[in-house]
Order: sequence, then structure tokens, then C-alpha cells
Amino acid sequence: MVLSHRLGEWAGHAPVLEEEVALANIALDLLGQARVLLSLAGDEDELAYLREERAFRNLQLVEQPNGDFAHTIVRQLYFSVYQHLLYERLAAGDGAFAPLAAKAVKEVAYHRDHAEQWVLRLGDGTEESHRRTQAGLDALWRFTGEMFQPVEGLDGPSSGVDREELRTTWLTAVTETVERATLNLPTGPQSGGWAAGAGRQGLHTEPFGRMIAEMQHLHRSHPGASW
Amino acid sequence: MAAVAADQTTQKTLGTVDAGRTADAEADRVAAFDATVAADERIEPRDWMPDAYRATLIRQMAQHAHSEIIGMQPEANWITRAPSLRRKAILMAKVQDEAGHGMYLYSAAETLGTSRDELLDKLHAGRQRYSSIFNYPTLTWADVGAIGWLVDGAAITNQVPLCRCSYGPYARAMVRICKEESFHQRQGYELLLALSRGTEAQHAMAQDAVNRWWWPSLMMFGPPDDASSHSEQSMAWKIKRHSNDELRRRFVDICVPQAEALGLELPDPDIRWNEELGRHEFGAIDWSEFQEVLKGNGPCNEQRITQRRRAHEEGAWVREAAAAYAAKHAPKPSPSTPPAAAPASSPASASASASDQSSARTAASARHVEETA
Repeated sequence: MVLSHRLGEWAGHAPVLEEEVALANIALDLLGQARVLLSLAGDEDELAYLREERAFRNLQLVEQPNGDFAHTIVRQLYFSVYQHLLYERLAAGDGAFAPLAAKAVKEVAYHRDHAEQWVLRLGDGTEESHRRTQAGLDALWRFTGEMFQPVEGLDGPSSGVDREELRTTWLTAVTETVERATLNLPTGPQSGGWAAGAGRQGLHTEPFGRMIAEMQHLHRSHPGASW
Repeated sequence: MAAVAADQTTQKTLGTVDAGRTADAEADRVAAFDATVAADERIEPRDWMPDAYRATLIRQMAQHAHSEIIGMQPEANWITRAPSLRRKAILMAKVQDEAGHGMYLYSAAETLGTSRDELLDKLHAGRQRYSSIFNYPTLTWADVGAIGWLVDGAAITNQVPLCRCSYGPYARAMVRICKEESFHQRQGYELLLALSRGTEAQHAMAQDAVNRWWWPSLMMFGPPDDASSHSEQSMAWKIKRHSNDELRRRFVDICVPQAEALGLELPDPDIRWNEELGRHEFGAIDWSEFQEVLKGNGPCNEQRITQRRRAHEEGAWVREAAAAYAAKHAPKPSPSTPPAAAPASSPASASASASDQSSARTAASARHVEETA
């Protein structure tokens, strides 16, 4: 839901019309997935619009502001490769999320392809696009470690998810794309202190509060109204 | 049929060199064009057409495409503030559709020998227009509904006859676009209905939006018939099928009962049913406001074009990167074949693989939203 919101901010600002369509398409897929998951937990709108910042459990990676197109694409690369690998594993297991993951995995495969294709173009495009994409890889790297911390309720023995195996596979896949794009994957730690990796505990980065203030404002202004 | 006629004309002209026969051939081409239009058949890109016909179509289709692209802004303004996830999904899908409509229309215009880049440059330079309606601001959530109901409603009233337009590529684009627009219009109506039947504050929000969007929507049909410079010729060429005033009257007749069903008032005390004419009469439109907006003095003209230019300028490095990548990775011509005249390095072709997939998926995701909505 949070990443979908960030991609929604691109509407009307994308570098080419094809990307207006593609980014909105990905945002819609993600929103659709979020609605299914939130509805399992309760009322989707109550959960989206009436929780405080500290009650959100999203990864810090997905709440990061869009930055330039390269920054957005790197965020997509890091997340969609992870999401694709995760959903493949969940779909193959017999956990509660297997049927949902099986449905979403096709969408996510497309998101991954889109991100990988753009990393190749930007990395191996012009000097400027190379520089911007490398800056994106570096800036967002510290938010990637959180993806491989075990998640309570999701990573049971039947889920098919081994986070360490996931991390290794993700690293191999992302490294391959990044190197083909003539870029370098950062080598430092994937998280630094609580500020990069505690979204699951409801600890977020500063831009997130402003994002949900905008998102929730209208809904909260009309308590009890239906839309 | 039109293509056959043109081919016959071409065959007749083969080998003719003297002036008299060339004049005959010219007359034949005009006659073939006129006959195609008269028979309600379609002119296709390879057919001969009068230069003025080509020019007026490029102007109209470009303006139409630009309107889709600029028209994304007032609605996108509310994506991040949509009050429910369902409404947010509907709005995102709609704005995405508009980008898609812009793409269809630019492609259709390209069949006339122009290019999307050229048309966008003209938009950014202020040399081509977009619909005046998008120079009004979306101040509340209800404006999203009012745009769906009134603005899309007016667009559909204008565009349904274009599905029978004499130029084939335009007519076919309109068939596709009108289907999606009708769907958006129903969603806008339904959004307003939810507000109108909601709390007092929601009802007031809906009424206020209708008050602000009604007159600008009527202006979407263009100047009155006695002041419309392109109408007569466009009607003769069957690009247009009905006059501005005729379509405007049709629109009012559609809206009056819908407003009643919505429980909202149209901000015109002069609207009344005229039994004799069998249609509604309505108040005078403030054409001076229309002229001001066209001249660039509407509430958002500056903002809209500035955002469009900024998106284009700030995206330049991305398009250059895509072009550079495509040039580097273009298949190498084999030694026996001569090199291509121009490298396929336009950003559009570079991003073709992603865009082909995504446009195919657009329809699917629109259906998805429709099903879940």
C-alpha cells in the first residue's frame, strides 16, 4: 500500500507517457494486493486511514521518497526482486498466504522485469543516467537488510520461506542485473542501526509521517463517512 | 474501399506527363476523396486527402491528445488524498487510462505524417491547445466526481459522433476511447451519488463541485455555432457530425434528469423544459470567461503547462539514456546488408518492450478495478 502510494505520486510527472502507464499499472497491482491482505486482517480503510504512524508495519524501503526516476527504479529493483522471490516461495509452500502469493506472483514478475530493464537502460545509458542510478543504489542499500529479517506469522515451517536462502538468492539476482548494467552493488552493511530496518516494529523514517498525513487527511476529516 | 479507389487513381496517372492529364489526375483524386466521404466510408493514411483536411485533423487530434495528457493533472492531484482504497484504485486506473488515450491519439495523429515528439514540442511551446476545462482547479474530492460526471460526460457527447469520423484511424481510436470514458463517467456519477447521499458536509461538497464545474463543462463544446471557425468545413468533411450548439443542447438534456437523480442542483436558474421544442432551455454562457481561459488567463493555465514542461525537461536524461542504451544494443547489421538509414534509437522504441506489455495490461487492470469496484 505504501509503495503503491509512492508510485501514485508519479502520475503526471513521468519522463515518458509509457512510464505514466507502467508506473500507474504497478501501483494498481500493489494496491490490489494490499487490499486483499488488509481485508484479511480487518477493514481495509480503517487499517489504511486510521492507524497512526507507529502502527504501520511496512518496510522502510517502500516508504522512501521517490527522488528522481533512477531512485524510484532502484527502489523498484530492490523491492520487486525480493517480492518476486518471496511470493514464489510462499506460493510453493502450504502456508496461509500460498493462494494469494500464487495469484500475485504473475504481477510481481512483471514489476521485476520492468525494474530490471530500466536498471539496464539507465546504468548502461549515458554518463548522467549511470551516475544517478549508482547514487540510487548507494542511497537505498541500507534499507535492504530489513527484507531478510524473519517476520512473525509469515515465516512458519510450512511457509516455504527461509530468509537466509532468500537473501542469498536476492543478492545473486540483483548483483547480476546491476553488473550487467555496468554498475556496482554497494558492499557495506545492508542496514545501519535501528533507523534502517525497524519498519516491522513500527519505527519509520521521517518522510513517512508526512506521507500518511497527506494520505489520511480527507478520510480523517469526515469521521464515519462512507465514500 | 478508399484504398482501392486511390490505387486505381495511381494506376491511371502512371506514365502521364503532360499538364492536361496531370490536372485530370488531380481531379480524379479529389473526386475519389469526395466520393469516399460522401459514401460514409473511411479515409485511410495512404489515401490522397486535401492538405487542409490533413492539417485540420492533425490540429484536432493533437489537441485531443494533449487534453488527455494535461487532463491527468487535475485528477492526479487527488490520488494521494483519495478517501478510500477503492476510490484510490479507481482514480489511479482512470489517470492511467488517460495516458493510454493520449498514446492512442498521438499514434493516430502520426499516421498523418507528424510525430508525437513534434506535437509535444508544440504543446510545450504553447503553439497547440488542449481543452479549456483542464485549466480549472480540483479543490475538493467531490471535484473528482464532478469531472467524471460532467467533464467526461461532455467529452463522450462530443466524441461518440467521432467514432463515425471520416478519418479511419481517428474513428477507430475513438471507439476504444469512448468505451473507457463511459466507464469513467459512470464511476464519477457514482462517486457524486455517494457524496450526495452521505453526510451533510459530503452533500455540500458535491453541490459546490457541481456549481463550479457546470458552466466550464458547457464551454467544452466550443463557441456558439455562429462563432465557430472550423465547424462548417469539418462538417462537410464528416470529421464533425453535429454542431457545437447541437451537442451542447444534447448534453443539457442528458444532465438535467441525472442531476435530479443525484439530488443535486445545476447552478442555472434558467433551465426549463420547453415542451414545444422538446428540449431544455438554459441560461447564457459567459463567453468572455471562455475567451480568457483560451488566452491563457484561466485559473491553472500557467500551472498546467509548467508542470508538463517540467516533467518533460526533468525526464530528458531518462529518454536520452534509453536512446543511448538502444543504440549500443541495437542488433549489428550483417556485412552483406547495407546499414539502416537511421538508428532505431528513439526513446519510444527503446521502451517499446516495457510499454507493449504495460498497455496490454492496462485493459486487464481496468477490468480488474471494474470487477472489484
